[in-house]
Amino acid sequence: MSDQANEIREIIFETLRAALPQSRPLSDSTHIIEDLGLDSVAVMDFVMEIEDKLDISVPLDKIAEVETLGDLIATVQRLKQAA
Amino acid sequence: MALLDKYAPLAAQYRQLEEAGANPFNVPFDDVLSPTEAIIAGRQTLLLGTNNYLGLTYDPLVIEAANAASTAAGTGTTGSRIANGSYGSHKRLEEALADFYGRKHGMVFSTGYQANLGIISALAGKGDHLLLDADSHASIYDGARLGYAQVTRFRHNSPDDLANRLRRLADEPGDKVIIVEGIYSMLGDTAPLREFAAVKREYGAYLVVDEAHSLGVLGATGRGLAEQAGIEADADFIVGTFSKSLAGVGGFAVTDMEGADILRVVSRPYMFTASLPPANIAATLAALQQLRARPELRADLNANAARLYRGLAQLGFTLGPEPSPVVSAIMPSPEAAFGFWAALLKAGLYTNVSLPPATPKGLALLRSSVSAAHSPAQIDHAINLFADVGKGLGLLPETPALAAAK
Ligand SMILES: Cc1ncc(COP(=O)(O)O)c(C=O)c1O
Repeated sequence: MSDQANEIREIIFETLRAALPQSRPLSDSTHIIEDLGLDSVAVMDFVMEIEDKLDISVPLDKIAEVETLGDLIATVQRLKQAA
Repeated sequence: MALLDKYAPLAAQYRQLEEAGANPFNVPFDDVLSPTEAIIAGRQTLLLGTNNYLGLTYDPLVIEAANAASTAAGTGTTGSRIANGSYGSHKRLEEALADFYGRKHGMVFSTGYQANLGIISALAGKGDHLLLDADSHASIYDGARLGYAQVTRFRHNSPDDLANRLRRLADEPGDKVIIVEGIYSMLGDTAPLREFAAVKREYGAYLVVDEAHSLGVLGATGRGLAEQAGIEADADFIVGTFSKSLAGVGGFAVTDMEGADILRVVSRPYMFTASLPPANIAATLAALQQLRARPELRADLNANAARLYRGLAQLGFTLGPEPSPVVSAIMPSPEAAFGFWAALLKAGLYTNVSLPPATPKGLALLRSSVSAAHSPAQIDHAINLFADVGKGLGLLPETPALAAAK
């Protein structure tokens, strides 16, 4: 796993921990909707935080494709590299 | 596994509301008596949740126009404008809307929902960028999904956040189209349009303003927030609905943009649906004339809005940030919102419940909307009912429940 992916994972997990009402175990295989109980707006709000921390733009259709935290890390990493 | 099993958790919640005999999402009106009164469950009920801002649904001239049009031109157009033709009245309404807004082009859609689908999906194509306020109405999100543009969301009512996101997209090719609303339908707050217009100019973007809840409500002549803020020249397109201040059904867009008529043959929600029936078009035209001729309706509406907002604030309810015809009380939970709503209805007052994800920040809202047709006494009566029910349920802020939620 690259340093960049690890760094992105750390930022995403940290942001999620601050956003979730109660703490939950987080891993790459965590399902964002089913396991974390976030609704569609909460997911978009959380991704907005990530966008700002990494200074990238994550289009909504990319968010719709994401199911697990691992998917999100991969998507964000691709966008960060392209930026 | 049955087809609808995926909705099982939601269906269980819905059934619970039905069984409790208090489902805010399925209220039968036995009879509607006036813009402000109906019979619900056999009871005379004061209506405080209908978006009937100017109270024109029973205006004699509007009703007469609808009746005359049905008699003269029939009940329906039985087809779309593109495939089956436009009636003269469709054109006249489009001209009247363009004239009202002082714009070159007007375009009528079959609902406000479709106006947003049709304009947003057609304006921003493949390779373009849409920038949506995070609290946008579902029709704006759906319009963004219908088209092929990349969609970026910015923080609600934050021009700085919009600027930051436009900056990130600055090197990307394609047009940038910003969509905001005049008055937001959940909390009744208005957009900082002057600041948004400045950002739009700085980044060479386009601006669309949805005046669904602000047409007939704001501005020196009732055109909406863009008029009030003095930035109409920056609003490339205004969209709106006939279903609120104009007391009918339908939607529209107006613009000065050259060549805008091409949208009629590229906008699928305009092309592939039947056009509005003659009665509806005639009623909307008549309602628009009333809106223009009677500014006192707007004054009465805003006085009622301020009265309700002040009254509920004094009782200690947590409300949206500013008075507007939409007055929402923030409830500590969906259950509290349901309980409050049901108790008000039982006491003869009809309001609305709004829940996430339709609401921002996971808020459960008890939402009211006022009308020019309400008398001050009706507004005061509503405030008294809020006080009685709030005390009865222990939901007024002297009690820990709501204070803790603040
Ligand atoms: C902001 C906004 N835009 C569009 C609409 C859709 O309007 P209509 O009821 O005409 O479909 C609504 C209301 O429902 C709205 O609140």
